[in-house]
Amino acid sequence: MRVTTESFLENSTAAVRNRTLQSRLRVLNNFNVKRATAFADLPDGDALRDRAREIKERTIAALDRYLVQLEESITRLGGTVHWARDGREACRIILEIARSHNVKQVVKSKSMATEEIELNEAFEAAGIEPVETDLGEYIVQLAHEKPSHILAPAIHKSKGDISELFADRLGGERLAEAEELTKLARERLRSKFCSAEMAVTGANFGVAETGTIVLVENEGNIRLSTTLPRVHVALMGIEKVIPKLDDLAVFLKILARSAAGQKMSSYVSFITGARRAGEADGAEEFHLVIMDNGRTTILRDPEKRESLYCLRCGACLNICPVYQKIGGHAYGSVYSGPIGSIITPPMAGIEKAKDLPFASSLCGACREVCPVRINIPHVLLRLRNEWVEAARDDRSGPPLIERAGMKLWRFVMSHPVLYGILFRTAALLQGPLLDDGKLKRLPPPFDGWTENRDFPPIARKSFRELWSEMEKS
Amino acid sequence: MARYAIRFDAQAFQRPTPETQEPVTEPLMKVSLFITCLVDQFFPEAGVSAVSVLRRLGVEVEFPKDQTCCGQPAYNSGFHTEARSLAERFLSIFESSEFVVAPSGSCASMVRVFYRDLFRDDAANLKRAEALAAKTYEFGEFLVKVLGVEDVGASSSGKVALHQSCHLLRELGVKDETQRLLRAVRGIELVELERADVCCGFGGLFAMKYPQISGGILQEKLDCIANSGADVVVACDAGCLMQIAGGLSRQGIEVRTMHIAELLSKSEE
Repeated sequence: MRVTTESFLENSTAAVRNRTLQSRLRVLNNFNVKRATAFADLPDGDALRDRAREIKERTIAALDRYLVQLEESITRLGGTVHWARDGREACRIILEIARSHNVKQVVKSKSMATEEIELNEAFEAAGIEPVETDLGEYIVQLAHEKPSHILAPAIHKSKGDISELFADRLGGERLAEAEELTKLARERLRSKFCSAEMAVTGANFGVAETGTIVLVENEGNIRLSTTLPRVHVALMGIEKVIPKLDDLAVFLKILARSAAGQKMSSYVSFITGARRAGEADGAEEFHLVIMDNGRTTILRDPEKRESLYCLRCGACLNICPVYQKIGGHAYGSVYSGPIGSIITPPMAGIEKAKDLPFASSLCGACREVCPVRINIPHVLLRLRNEWVEAARDDRSGPPLIERAGMKLWRFVMSHPVLYGILFRTAALLQGPLLDDGKLKRLPPPFDGWTENRDFPPIARKSFRELWSEMEKS
Repeated sequence: MARYAIRFDAQAFQRPTPETQEPVTEPLMKVSLFITCLVDQFFPEAGVSAVSVLRRLGVEVEFPKDQTCCGQPAYNSGFHTEARSLAERFLSIFESSEFVVAPSGSCASMVRVFYRDLFRDDAANLKRAEALAAKTYEFGEFLVKVLGVEDVGASSSGKVALHQSCHLLRELGVKDETQRLLRAVRGIELVELERADVCCGFGGLFAMKYPQISGGILQEKLDCIANSGADVVVACDAGCLMQIAGGLSRQGIEVRTMHIAELLSKSEE
């Protein structure tokens, strides 16, 4: 998984200053309002979320069993199951399937797993044309960008941006209305659905009991992708398996509500094997690629395991005050927002994504909206500790000044008299620095604060001094 | 705890009866004040106010003078070794207390929620931490949940908005309690603050490490405050107050900030 979070600080700073992006990100609040309304109409919403969490806990704890059961079910249906240890292997498997059918063009549905392994790049390198068929994905593909949101890949783009992009890449004049733009995309994509020999989709759920792959969408592009081309390949992370069809009664109710404030997505496709004799549509050949790509690293760690319960609804991105300010691209990882910050470091290596666990105020809003109640802030804290612990073994970890600072802090705070003297001395010395009773500029490493805020002066008398006075009187 | 759950009669504060004016000879209970570093050094008036409110309600307040920091800055930065040593210190200082009350939802949640994590591999200290957690409260939470008081007899004036501090809200699950305390304050007009439960962007060292993100989040809060028409913004955490006040002052927005204890200690006629 490619991660470019080294430049997180620069990217996030630029994002905060990008007025266009800021105005686009304001639409996230609409998602939040819709989500809240949708759950308000679901009286047993909390119980369903508990139930969903419980199913995920149980399934992930016995993943080996359920995955094998899923394989058996799919094989029984005449499908083929492939196992991929990492992204490279998954790409190789999918390319081999494509080559064996002499595929020139592939239609793709929106799938974070395929983004994760950069499948489009692999297709292009092999001379195969991948076509994204989700409107948002189509837009970012045309722009040669990455999705900036799990659910709304092109959320960073304005209508004007898209109009310009379409005129540039698809030809013709600039279209002003969203309906016109959508119509143009639909026309272009229709022919691709008909000509593509293969479809690649993700999988929202893989039902072990029946071998059913469940796909949730709003545009109908997945329905077309899984019915028209001859071959259907679904790529699924190991964590997407669920035991029974019945479990969907729980998940489908909360997924669409969390994702888009909908009671149900416009399309929910149940793909149970390839087309059978007498059936009118569906792929003639069905493959499921079950991929690890770092997930078992998370699985092994009981403290972080819950991040595998994620349904990829995007609710945590929408509600996150940090995501609302910087958007998805600044994270430098396919998975952005709070969930990205807890899964990217273990999947890609914490040294490559060291900013992600720290770039959070730990406000906990993500946990509050998560349909499976992933305790994201606590996992972030765990990752922060791992980053610090790494410094003890090798030369990664936080900079020396921070490590020394913490040791000094501990020393001072372990000696109340010293603590008192230090702060009282600072209170006396701050005098000349005060401007209108406030500190307008702090020295490094605290100067970040005063870039955009004043800092309060240290009080003339600390509470403990006031307390002593109160005691005397 | 039942013996402490005395419901104070709101009327008693408006027109004190001779009985309640009598000096309380036998205090209801004893509270150890966990002042927190930020209140100690930057907002001591919030601490003084907390003491006066508690005393007015007949609670004996003590201040263990050896206390410093609970270890949260180190813990939140991933430095568990340093945090653990301060946490152990904190345990020794406060474990004999009857109740520990902090004018901060964040510092209270450090003790109540995160000490468990710090000592998860240390059974002896874990037990001590759990015992301490069971008697540690945020100031307003203590008033409502333990003392059973919503009306502390405070009166003030002006338009007041409440910013809901994240840790208090989402780590300790205290929401309505704070609002109920404010609703009982005479003379003020509680105005609605849009997105009151959204973070102000403080987040401890986050505010220094990522000043642009933190400042960007703060801007949203400042806009909501300006739109609310409030004269005063109340919060339950010195961190939020530092952040919000810092933004208001930098941008010259004429809204005051106040710790909830300060508002609850006021008796303006």
